[in-house]
Amino acid sequence: MSLPLVVTTSSPSQTKALGSALAGLLGDGDLVVLAGDLGAGKTCLTQGIGAGLGVTGRITSPTFTIANEHIGRIPLHHLDVYRLDQLEETLDLDLPELLEHGVTVIEWGEPFLPALSEDRLIIRLFLGPDDDDRRIEFELHAGFVDRLDALRVAIAPWSVSC
Amino acid sequence: MNQQVVLAIETSCDETSVAIVAGGSRVLANVVSSQVDLHARFGGVVPEVASRAHLELLEVVLQEALDEAEMTAVDIDAVAATHGPGLIGALLVGVSAAKALSVAWRVPYVGVNHMEGHLFATFLERPDLARPVVVLLVSGGHTMLVHLSELGRYRLLGSTTDDAAGEAFDKVARYLGLGYPGGPAIDRLSQEGRADAIAFPRGLLDDGLDFSFSGMKTSVINYVRKHPDTANADLAASFQEAVVDVLVAKTIRAATMTKAASVCLGGGVAANRRLRSRFAEAAAAGGFDCLVPDRAYCTDNAAMIAAAAAWRLSQDGPTGLDDGAAPNLKLPLID
Repeated sequence: MSLPLVVTTSSPSQTKALGSALAGLLGDGDLVVLAGDLGAGKTCLTQGIGAGLGVTGRITSPTFTIANEHIGRIPLHHLDVYRLDQLEETLDLDLPELLEHGVTVIEWGEPFLPALSEDRLIIRLFLGPDDDDRRIEFELHAGFVDRLDALRVAIAPWSVSC
Repeated sequence: MNQQVVLAIETSCDETSVAIVAGGSRVLANVVSSQVDLHARFGGVVPEVASRAHLELLEVVLQEALDEAEMTAVDIDAVAATHGPGLIGALLVGVSAAKALSVAWRVPYVGVNHMEGHLFATFLERPDLARPVVVLLVSGGHTMLVHLSELGRYRLLGSTTDDAAGEAFDKVARYLGLGYPGGPAIDRLSQEGRADAIAFPRGLLDDGLDFSFSGMKTSVINYVRKHPDTANADLAASFQEAVVDVLVAKTIRAATMTKAASVCLGGGVAANRRLRSRFAEAAAAGGFDCLVPDRAYCTDNAAMIAAAAAWRLSQDGPTGLDDGAAPNLKLPLID
């Protein structure tokens, strides 16, 4: 089951701050799938998540290497699967092993959902009306649903009143 | 002079290349078979396609390199391969082939860091280039300013905080529908556009030696959303100018700060014509000796891997056959 939750940010630094706040909900074995067009802020949000997980090194785009690992209080596996074009290719990434330790964030992961764990947080980022505005939607699935209340609290500073 | 002959294999990304280099800088063969046509259909390098294509092409490219150098197995003193950074499946093809040849030909195997290879590309053309050198390495996966006081002694002066310069070119080209690879597409289209048509931001221009291209990419997207009728040529030329401005300004700043004798360009983005001409002009104006290598030595090639391998072999000896491919390998730094 899933429940949509929506926030807005109005600068890259706010998107990073949102990421840091989300990190408080995340732990070993968690999977976060990021969806959104070019420039929507997927890597930016991941930089915030990394900061929240205690990663001190620089979190750069994983587009070229496909998978980057960062050492923090909890390890962060940061993937960009845009360039993979078949489901089978995700097998080479050894996702089950990555998922055992640390938090895994996968950019452009939506086409690969059938190959991914059911327990996942899907975050969709959209370009907003102004240059720096972003609309960000959350979907909790399976094991994540228990964290609905905690998520509401974490994202409250950026929440949209519907 | 040591005329040791090194055969090197480069398969870290989308080029399958084999080179034979004598004495660390005399290039006897440098065969590059690009897979770009294969990947263009997918809008980027597709890892699985890359590994399969490397497998299919490697034997042909290897034979062509031996033919071009007029050599056979008995003439080769060492076999090298790029062992990182790069795509794991693609790297494994080159590494496994090099190890197999090393066993079959009873010569040492040398695993080479791809980024160190790019630095050695400098010395293929100008072994005498005055040091210290500040090298701007710009490619699809990297953007870094490296200070080289002597071979093997590298200091990282600055690097990207988000996207690599080549990645920004690729992504903007993808957004504008210009196809893959994005760098050459933007380079070509820019010839027909005005570099001053749109004042895109210059990320971190006046701030230190690190780079930020993600916001510049997003500013192109934002501009197109507001002005959908803008000519792609003007967008390409103006974006390219913004990226080149930042790359050139930071290199000159780095060379000035470190009192370097020369500046040098390397990596796939170094094939960009606007960057090459602006880089050379700025170096001359700043009083630095300057090397803009032949385009064949900027893009991925095995000659630079052979050059780095010859030096590494003399310093560290052979690499163990149990040493694998390392997709996230970093350049070894002195501090």
